Amino acid sequence: MGIDFGLLVTIAMMSIFIANFPLAKFLGLCPFIGVTQSTKNAIGMGIAVTFVMLLASAVTFPIFKFVLVPLNLVSVLKTPVYILVIATLVQFVEMVLKAKMPPLYRALGIYLPLITTNCAVFGVTLLNTTDAPEAMASLPFIPGYIAAMVQGTAGGLGFLVAMLLMSGVRERLAFASIPESLKGTPIALICTALMAIAFMGFSGMASL
Amino acid sequence: MAQTKTFGSVFKSGITTENPLIISMIGMCPSLAITTSVRNAVAMGIAVIAVLVCSNIIIAALRKIIPGEIRMPCFIVIAASFVTMVDLTMQAFAPPAINRALGIFIPLIVVNCVILFRAEAFASKNTVSHSIADGLGMGIGYGLALLLVSSVRELLGDGSFWGYKVSLSYAPASIMLLAPGAFLTLGLTLGFFNYIRLRGAAAAESAAQEKQCGCAGCASGACGAK
Repeated sequence: MGIDFGLLVTIAMMSIFIANFPLAKFLGLCPFIGVTQSTKNAIGMGIAVTFVMLLASAVTFPIFKFVLVPLNLVSVLKTPVYILVIATLVQFVEMVLKAKMPPLYRALGIYLPLITTNCAVFGVTLLNTTDAPEAMASLPFIPGYIAAMVQGTAGGLGFLVAMLLMSGVRERLAFASIPESLKGTPIALICTALMAIAFMGFSGMASL
Repeated sequence: MAQTKTFGSVFKSGITTENPLIISMIGMCPSLAITTSVRNAVAMGIAVIAVLVCSNIIIAALRKIIPGEIRMPCFIVIAASFVTMVDLTMQAFAPPAINRALGIFIPLIVVNCVILFRAEAFASKNTVSHSIADGLGMGIGYGLALLLVSSVRELLGDGSFWGYKVSLSYAPASIMLLAPGAFLTLGLTLGFFNYIRLRGAAAAESAAQEKQCGCAGCASGACGAK
């Protein structure tokens, strides 16, 4: 029944570096390409996504364990239930930001609704529950719940790291002389390819 | 394309001038994750077409009933229902290898921007028949783009096409099947189509200058038509 801290550290390392959400799992690429024009927006978006991913993990895991599994509804209802939970959470975060942090809301306002359709958030809820790695799926409720939240937070932090690196690269790219046809998204994707090669260097450090 | 909208023109623009992946650059996640082989790309393309056409039909049919403030959740729930149907159908009938390769990317169709973008931009404002054309055109356009990316990656990364070896002497560059190859292929594909578009725009601009920004110029958007 004890909590295995080694496993938690492994999950965190996996999600931040080895199986980085945008760079290795291809999740959350729309904001990764769309919001990395400036470092400031990239950090804001990364923090917002991390927060929503933590909340989404915390809410969907109990729903999965106590509602969907006992009622045998996992394969039928998981998509609608998770997506509604995420949409509600995003609405909630948007309202909180609007009330408490107007400058951040103005900076992120147009991107916040996009978090609902961010595959990283929906992806992590699936990876916590139905598509969980073997080591996580076999845990009892409490350790499993903590592992799910660690995976959610670490996944978000990995997303933040990737966003931050990418926005740094793109701020420099703005002053580079690039062939007209590669400007914008194409060159960003090519830089991402180089970053993905760098992140492949982490593979083998740990595995689940 | 405001007044002369026909089934054919809506269908065609989804494949060519408004191709979701190549022009609008939406729906990138699955296009990178599952394009390791042509088979996976075709399966994914069919799944996206099915969900897109069905959700477009329902959203267009209900467009006058759905209240404006909560339209997004409504669209998402409609899309989620069809995604679940497609997911269960594929688990029942598709080969296990394809199901394993597509994995969580089938449920993830629901957050694929293509679906919601078309619901918001087209189906919620147009008739059912036009929305079917839009769904088919956008879906097929997206599928063709997936096919293009996956053929490049499978040919270079595995030396095969549809699972059949093309050349026995070719030593596959397996990095094309991994994450970096995906980003590189998509980046260069987009760059290639940008190049063609820029050339076309330059040619149209010079033609349009002769015609004082006539119809030919507006069609290509060279005059900054709004």
